[in-house]
Amino acid sequence: MPDDVILRISNVSKSFGAIRALRGVDFELRRGEIHALAGENGAGKSTLMNVIDGILKPDSGEIVWDGKPVRISSPTKAQKLGIGFVHQEIALCPDVSVAENIYMSTTNISRSFLMDYKGLEAKARNVFRQLSDIDPSVLVRDLSISNQQLVEIAKALTLDCKVLILDEPTAALTEKEAQVLFGIMRRLADSGIAIIYISHRMVEIFDNCDRVTVFRDGQYITTCNVDEIEPADVVNAMVGRVIENLYPDKQALADKSEDIILDVQGLTDNKRFSDVSFQLKKGEILGIAGLIGSGRSEIVKGICRLDGDVSGDVSLNGEPLDLKHYQDSIAAGMVYLSEDRKGDGIFLDMPISNNVSALKLEQVASPLGLINRELEDGQAERLGNKLNLKCGQLSDSVSSLSGGNQQKVAIAKMLSVNPKLIFLDEPTRGVDVGAKAEIHRILRDLARSGVGIVVISSELPELIGVSDRVLVVREGRIGGVVEGDMITEENIMHLASGLDAQELMA
Amino acid sequence: MEIAAPAPAEPTTSTLHKLLRMRETGLIAIILVMFVIMSFASPYFLTWVNMRAMVMAFAVEGIVVVGMTILLISGGIDLSVGSVTALSMVIAGWLFLQGIDPWVASAIAIAACTAIGAFMGFFVTRVGLHHFIVSLAIMVIARGACLLGTGGRPLGLYTLPPEFKFIGQGTIGPIPLVIIIFLVVVLVFDFMLRRTTVFRKVFYTGSNEKAAAYSGIRTKKVIFLTTTLCSALAGFAGIIYMARFGSAQPTFGLGMELNVIAAAVIGGASLTGGSGTIFGAILGVVLLSVVSSSLALLDVSVYWQDIIRGSILLAAVSVDHYLHKKRG
Repeated sequence: MPDDVILRISNVSKSFGAIRALRGVDFELRRGEIHALAGENGAGKSTLMNVIDGILKPDSGEIVWDGKPVRISSPTKAQKLGIGFVHQEIALCPDVSVAENIYMSTTNISRSFLMDYKGLEAKARNVFRQLSDIDPSVLVRDLSISNQQLVEIAKALTLDCKVLILDEPTAALTEKEAQVLFGIMRRLADSGIAIIYISHRMVEIFDNCDRVTVFRDGQYITTCNVDEIEPADVVNAMVGRVIENLYPDKQALADKSEDIILDVQGLTDNKRFSDVSFQLKKGEILGIAGLIGSGRSEIVKGICRLDGDVSGDVSLNGEPLDLKHYQDSIAAGMVYLSEDRKGDGIFLDMPISNNVSALKLEQVASPLGLINRELEDGQAERLGNKLNLKCGQLSDSVSSLSGGNQQKVAIAKMLSVNPKLIFLDEPTRGVDVGAKAEIHRILRDLARSGVGIVVISSELPELIGVSDRVLVVREGRIGGVVEGDMITEENIMHLASGLDAQELMA
Repeated sequence: MEIAAPAPAEPTTSTLHKLLRMRETGLIAIILVMFVIMSFASPYFLTWVNMRAMVMAFAVEGIVVVGMTILLISGGIDLSVGSVTALSMVIAGWLFLQGIDPWVASAIAIAACTAIGAFMGFFVTRVGLHHFIVSLAIMVIARGACLLGTGGRPLGLYTLPPEFKFIGQGTIGPIPLVIIIFLVVVLVFDFMLRRTTVFRKVFYTGSNEKAAAYSGIRTKKVIFLTTTLCSALAGFAGIIYMARFGSAQPTFGLGMELNVIAAAVIGGASLTGGSGTIFGAILGVVLLSVVSSSLALLDVSVYWQDIIRGSILLAAVSVDHYLHKKRG
C-alpha cells in the first residue's frame, strides 16, 4: 500500500571531498513499522540519518514526505515535519529536571517571562505515562543511563513526531532495560509512528523489527521483511561476502591444559566486590558476565590495581604478585583494555605509533630515556600488520581511523608489552561486524599461543561465542561459572540476576 | 579478513602537505612577510642594533614561555609567572643586600620559586583544585610578597659584582650572553620534549589524562612536575633580569603571564592540553616582538600595541580552531 509510506528517499547522494558517503541510495519507511537499518561503520547509515534530520544537505536525490517532495534544510525543519532523532550520545542537561529537559525546545519558543514548572511537570508526567515511571521533577543527573535514554525518547515524542530515529539506543542498556525499550517501541509503532532503528545487534533486529534495510559502502543493498530471512543473510549483505563463522572455533578438548595462568583468591575492596576467587587456565578464553553495576569491570580493574584499595591474593603463572600501582601490573605482564575506548583507552589526537608505545616507552627508548622513532614506528608497524590494521601513515592521529581500527590500535598497545595476560573490557564495542570477527580470531590465536585472555562483555552472544568458560558476577560476588554447552543466555542470565529460570520466564 | 571499508578521510599526505599544514610554517611565513614589509617601511628595522634589541627584548621572557608551553601541554596553566619572576628578583636582591653572596642568593631565590611551583602542584594534584584558581591566588600572593619585602620600591643593587652582572649584560663575541642562555634553554627543552620518555608522558597526560593513567603513567606526578618546572624557569628568568637591570623591581612582570600564554598559544599549544611545541611557542614570541618593534618604529602609539597584540592572539586562535574543525 503506497499510501502507507511516510518517507521515501530516492537516489540520494552525498560526498565529503573525495569520499562518497552515499551513492544514490533509496529508502522507504511506512507508517507504524519498526524498520532496522543495518550496515557496518562507514556504510552510510549515519550520513543518511543526518540527511533526513536536515543536519546534512544531500548533493542530489529526492526526499518525499507524505507524498510531497520536501527539502529538509535544518533540524528545526525536520522537527516541524515530525521527525524525531534520538542520537546515540545522550545530549541532556544533567543539572536540570527531566521535565525541563523534555520541554527545552518548547520553553525556547515560549513567550511567557516566567517558567511554569508545575505545568511542565504535569505535561511531562502525561508523556511518561506511556513510557515508564520516571519522576519528571528529578534531575537528569540522578537517572540511570537507560532512563536518560527514555528521557531522550520522551523529548522526541513531545514534538508530535511521525518518524522516530533511534541510533543504537541499546548500546548502554542492560538486556532487561533493552526489553522494556522494545516494548515501548512496539507500542509507539502500533500508534502509527514509524521507527527507524539502527543497531549492530542481529538478535535485536530479528526479535523486534518488521523490516530491515542493509547499506554497504554508501550503497543501498536490499530491504527485506525480517520473517523472510535469516540473520546470516543480513550479515552477508552487510559485509558483501559470506562469513561462515562469526566466531572462531573454541578450544579443542585435546588442548585443555591444567596450567594456571591467573589465580585470584579472596579479592575484596569492601565496597563494590568482595571475596572474589577464580582461576584462568592456559589456552582458554575466560568470559566475565554480569549486569551493569554488578562489579565485573571493577574486579578486573582491582586485580590490575587500576583503582581502589584492594586486598586478596593474586598470582600470575604461579608467582604471587605484590602490586601497588597499575605500572607494576604492566611490568608483571598483566594489562587491561578499557571499555571506554575514547574516554580512557587511547589518545585520539596523537599519532598511531605514539599510542601503541604508551604502555612501556622504555621499550622504544635508549637507556638514557631518549625515544628512538624508528623503534617506535617499527613496533607500531609490526603490531599493526599482525592485527591487520588499516591506516594511512603511522604518524596520522588515531581519530582518523574507523572504530574497528581504533580498537586495533588499542589492542596493539596491549600487545606491545608482550603481555602474559590481557583483560579485555568490551573488546568489540562500536566495532563493525567484519572487524569484530577479526578481533575474536586474534583473541583466540593469542589464547592458543599461551597468552591469558579474559573477556568482559555485556553482549551475551559475544561472550557465548568466544568464551570457553564464563564467570558470572552478581552484586560484587561470583554468582557461578558455566562451561562448554552450559554457556547459554538462559544460564548466564539466571546466574547474573539470581532469579531461577521460571521466574525469568514469568 | 578486513572488509572493504571506505578509505579513511585522508587524501595523500606528502611531506610537503604536512609541512604546509604545520603551524610553524605559517608563523615563519608571516614573520618573513613582516620582515620584508618592515625593511621597506623603516631603514632602521633590518639593522644589527635593532635586531639585537628585539631579541634581547624577548629572550628572557622566552625562557618563561618554555616552561609555560610544557605546562600547557600537560593540561595546566600558570597565571603567576610574572609575579614569581619578580619575586625571584626581590628575594635574591634582598638577600644580596643582607650581605649574602649573589650566587648563593640567586640559588636560594630559584629554589624558593621552585618550591612555590611545588606548592601549586600540591594544590592541583592532591587537593584537586584547578590550575587557574591556584595560580591566580599565587599570582596575587607573590606580588604582595614582593611589595611587602621591598616596601614597594625597587632595590638598587649597585654593588653587584661585575661577574654576576655579566650574565645579564655581558657578550660573547658580538652576541649577548642572555641570548646564548635563551638559545641553550630552548634547544635543550625542545630536544627533551620531542625525544625523551619523561616529556612524552607530558603529552600523554595532557592529551587524555585518564587514558594516560590507564597506560600506567602517574599523571599527578607529571602535572606536579610541569607545574614546578614552570615556576622554576620563571625564577631563573627573574635572576637574569636582575643581573641585566642591576636592580630588583617588585612591580616587574605585570601582565607578563598574558604575553607568555599568548605566545605559546599562537605557537600551537592547546589550552586543553596534549599539543604544542617549544619551537612554535618561540616563533609566537618572535612574532609578538616583531609586531611590537614594528609598531614602535612606525611611531604607533603604545596604547595601540596592546589592542593589536590581543587581536593577533584572537586571530591566531580562531584560524587554528577553524583548521582543526575542518580536519575533523
